[in-house]
Parts: sequence; structure tokens; C-alpha cells
Amino acid sequence: MPTKQSLTQKNIRLSERAIEKILLLAGISSVVLIGLIFIFLFKEAVFFFQTASPFDLIGKWVYDEWASKNIFNMMWQAVSKIPKYSLVPLICGSFLVAFPATLISAVIGIGCAIYLSEIASNKTRETLKPTLELLAGIPSVVLGFFMLAVVATVVQNLLGTKFRLNAFVGSLGTALCVLPIIITISEDALRAVPKELRDASYALGATKWQTIFGTVLPAAISGISAAVILGFGRALGETMIVVMATGNAALITLNIFSSVRTMTANIAAELGAVAQGSEHYYALFVVGSVLFAFTFILNIFSEIILSGMRRKLRM
Amino acid sequence: MKIKKMILGLAATILTLSPSAFAAKNITVKGSDTIVILGQRWAERYMQSNPEVTIQVTGGGSGTGIAALINGTTDIANASRPIKDKEIDKAKQAGYYPEEIKAAMDSLAVVVHKDNPLSELSMKQIAGIYMGKINDWSEIGGNPGPILRYCRESNSGTYVFFKEHVLNDADYAADCQTMPGTSAVANAVSKDAAGIGYGGAAYFLNQPNLKIISVKKDESSEAFNPVKADGTLDYEAAWTGRYPIARYLYMYTSFKPTGEIKGYIDWILSEEGQKVVEEVGYVPVK
Repeated sequence: MPTKQSLTQKNIRLSERAIEKILLLAGISSVVLIGLIFIFLFKEAVFFFQTASPFDLIGKWVYDEWASKNIFNMMWQAVSKIPKYSLVPLICGSFLVAFPATLISAVIGIGCAIYLSEIASNKTRETLKPTLELLAGIPSVVLGFFMLAVVATVVQNLLGTKFRLNAFVGSLGTALCVLPIIITISEDALRAVPKELRDASYALGATKWQTIFGTVLPAAISGISAAVILGFGRALGETMIVVMATGNAALITLNIFSSVRTMTANIAAELGAVAQGSEHYYALFVVGSVLFAFTFILNIFSEIILSGMRRKLRM
Repeated sequence: MKIKKMILGLAATILTLSPSAFAAKNITVKGSDTIVILGQRWAERYMQSNPEVTIQVTGGGSGTGIAALINGTTDIANASRPIKDKEIDKAKQAGYYPEEIKAAMDSLAVVVHKDNPLSELSMKQIAGIYMGKINDWSEIGGNPGPILRYCRESNSGTYVFFKEHVLNDADYAADCQTMPGTSAVANAVSKDAAGIGYGGAAYFLNQPNLKIISVKKDESSEAFNPVKADGTLDYEAAWTGRYPIARYLYMYTSFKPTGEIKGYIDWILSEEGQKVVEEVGYVPVK
């Protein structure tokens, strides 16, 4: 007959195993969810090619009554006698917002991360970090509204831009969203640089400045680039700010002061009322798949870089 | 003891609920998002005075509403456009004979910034602007400078109506900036001296930074404004068709309305129902 003590031990072992299983389930669930989303997205997108050719995603020859000849049309005009589903203006718009946004937040964010990890005293860091985390907590619809109502007017008055709502205004707002990501990950990367490297640099007579730029930054560069890539992925996926602040005209342009329509804004604006199962509906899923593919590849890239750096620093 | 009480209570609730549940008349209304607020306001007011009738109003778009009528899943379909011949054929195949009721009118206004010297445009000029054929204000007698077009999202009935009736179903220019709602159009144009926008006239009333453009049917005709000098909607202009960008808002029933549906529609067309139209900001039918 088992003693009382062994019984409780058995119970503990059982409950521990149960908890392990529950946690495993939680761990797997996110992977399963991603897989399901992936399948759903691509499954719906494939239907688009039943009625349209892949070439439609680039452009379409359309008879133009004004010029009375066929013109190659690269436009997103889903509600039209001849629907046009070119992804070119949308991809162009997404990158025209995401590139400047990432650039702005990389310059500020990396500077901020260096200050936080190398220069700031403990006290300053303790006040600065929570403030930065507050920035990440601002709902993007609030940022978007702020851009639409205030910043757009300021930018137009300062620069005299043709479009009041344009890619630049959108990227300023998106930069605010991306900034906390870049700061947090870059700071982690900088802090992961072993103290020995800094000490060796100082021992060789280098100043603080020389140590930061000659030793710490090169050692952490892969982590910082991963931060920037992740930030870029976030910028591509930002929706609410760009819906409100970019004007949403699907133009093919390289002018950052032009109004643009991003992939995310396009889906958000049109999916709400499109008839389920129509060509337009499936076209929106194609846009979603392309966007998903972009961010997926970017995330994998940054993951590879980050794990490479972890291995290097551990040796 | 406890269980007995519970059963008694349950029986009592069923008894009190059931007469009303059986006597209640349900009317479902589905369709255009343009009419959804108006439809809900009508339903609320009607149910106050006729508590035995329950009316459910949902949106989804004009096409969705008419499709539901054909499928027999709604009693009344709201639409901000007339039913298409193809849809009537489909309904007849399914055994329904849709009846059209013109329930209200809506004037679409074209607006510019208050500093814009222009105060009237012809339908052709408006079409030219939105199709991207006219790109500078000086081409139509304004101050030199590019025209910035503000537009609605393609899922709105307003977008489709404007496209069909002003642009003659041609495509919008690619650089039309699409705004998520008519009030967003109003906000954008009020801050943009080079802007032009359109939408339900009620959204643009009493906005000091906006100017509502008078519209000419063709080059030689007189220009009319959807709004009177005192800042209220000009019903007369919409009724007589003098103002060219006015549309009817329709309700469709699957058969000639009878019973409680007839009662509801008669009430909508009555003075009381049309008063709700004015309150919401549309134009009552005569």
C-alpha cells in the first residue's frame, strides 16, 4: 500500500505533466494558427486565377476612347466596366511609405539605442525607456488622426506640397510606430556585446566615441540590421495610419510627396463591402497574400541574421 | 421545492412571453448603407407607435439587399439605385414580383474650398475633372493651379451613382484621393484650397470653409444649387430635377405590399415618415 507521501508526490508529478502539456499546446497553437491563416489566404487567392490571368496583376490592355487606341493600363480600379487589378501602384505605394518610414525611424532609433545602452546613466535610462514604451502603446488610429488633422497641414505649409495627404505624411506617422521596435531590438543587440570587447578597446587607449563606433557597433551590426528589417516589415503592414494620411490615390510614382494607396489601405478600404466570392473579393486576397509573402520573407531574413549574431557572440 | 418553484417560474415566463411572441409581426429590411440610418430611424419611430410590429434593419449594400429579396430572406430591400432588369428577371424566376417604392431623395453636392473663386460648373466640366481630362483650375476659369480630386471609396453607393450619372460610367482618374466617408471628404476639402469633393449635400451644410457649387445640366442651361440661400436643402430643386445630381432612394418589396408591410410603407410615405427623412438630412419625396 502506497504511503501518503508517495501519493502526493505522484499527484505533483501528474499535475506537472499536465501543465507541461498545456504549455506545449499554447506553444504549438501559434504555429498552427499561422499555418491556418497561410492556407486560408492562399486558398482564397488562388480562385482569382480562375477568371483572370496572372498578367492582370501587372496591367491590362484597355481601349481608350479619348485616344481611340488600346492603352496598357497599370491601375487598380476594381469597380469599373473593365475591372483592373494591377498590383504595381499598390506595391509602389506600400514601399513609398515603408522605405522613408524605416529610414527615419532607423536614424533616430539606432541613435537612441546607442544612447540608451552606452551613454545614458541608469537613472536617465529608467525614465527614457518607459516613455519610449508608451509610444508603442499609442493606438495607430490616434496617430493617423493626428497626422490627418495636424501634421498634414504643417507639412503642406512648410514644403508647399501639391497633395495635402501624401506618402510622406503617412511615413512620418508610420515611423512613430516603427521607432519602438527598432529601439528595443537594437538596444538588446548592443547590450549583448560582451563587456570584454569594450574593456579591450579601452585598454588599447580608445576613447568612448572610438569604442562605440569602432568596436561595439560593428559587433552588434547584424542585430541592428535585423531590427531595421523587422521595422520595415512592420511599416509595410501598418494600415490605419496610411488609410487616414496618404490620400489613397493608386498612383505609380516615385515622388514621396504624392498621394499613394498602399496594399494594406486598399484591403481595409475595399474588403468591407465587396461581394463574397466575386473576382474583386479574390483579388483582395491576392493583395493580402503578396503582402504576407513580403513580411514573411523579411521576418525570416531578420531571424537568420539574429541567430547568426547570437552564435557569433557566444563563442 | 426549489425545482418546483423554478418550473413554475419558467411556465409563467413562457405564458407571458408567448402571446406577444406569436402576435408580433416581424419585418426585415436589408440593403443600402446610405439608407441604413434613415431606415433605422423610421423603424424606431414606427415601432414606438406600433409596438406589435418588430422591424429589423441591416445594411450591406444595395446589391446585397436586392439579392436577399430574390433569395426570400428579407421582406424589404433598401437600394440607393433602381433595381436592374437582370435582377427583376432573377426575382421572377424565383417567384417574386418586386414592387418599387420611392421612399426619399438625396441631392449630391459638389464642393470646393471657400477661397475658390468658382461658384458654378457644368456637368461636363465636373465629369472632365473627375475623369482626369481637366487638371488645372485655370482651364475652367479658376485661379491657376492643379485640381486635387477627393472621392469616395469604391464600395460606397455614392461612388457608383456619381460614376454612372456624372461620369457616364467612365473611370475615375487614377489620382482621385479616396476618403473613408463623406465627412472625411468635407474635412479634406475644407483644408485644401485646390480641392474638390462630392457627397450627400447634408454633410456639407453650414460648413464655413466649404462652398457648394451650383451645377448646370449643360453649357447653355442655368446653374442650380442643391442648397437654398438660408443654408437649408432646396427640396424644390431636387423634385423638379433642376438640380441634376439628385437621386431617389428606393425600397423594394417582393410582392405588392400587404398587411403590416403595407402599413409600414404607407407610414413612411406619410407626412410623419417624410419628416424623419428631413431630420436625417435627405430630401423628402413630394
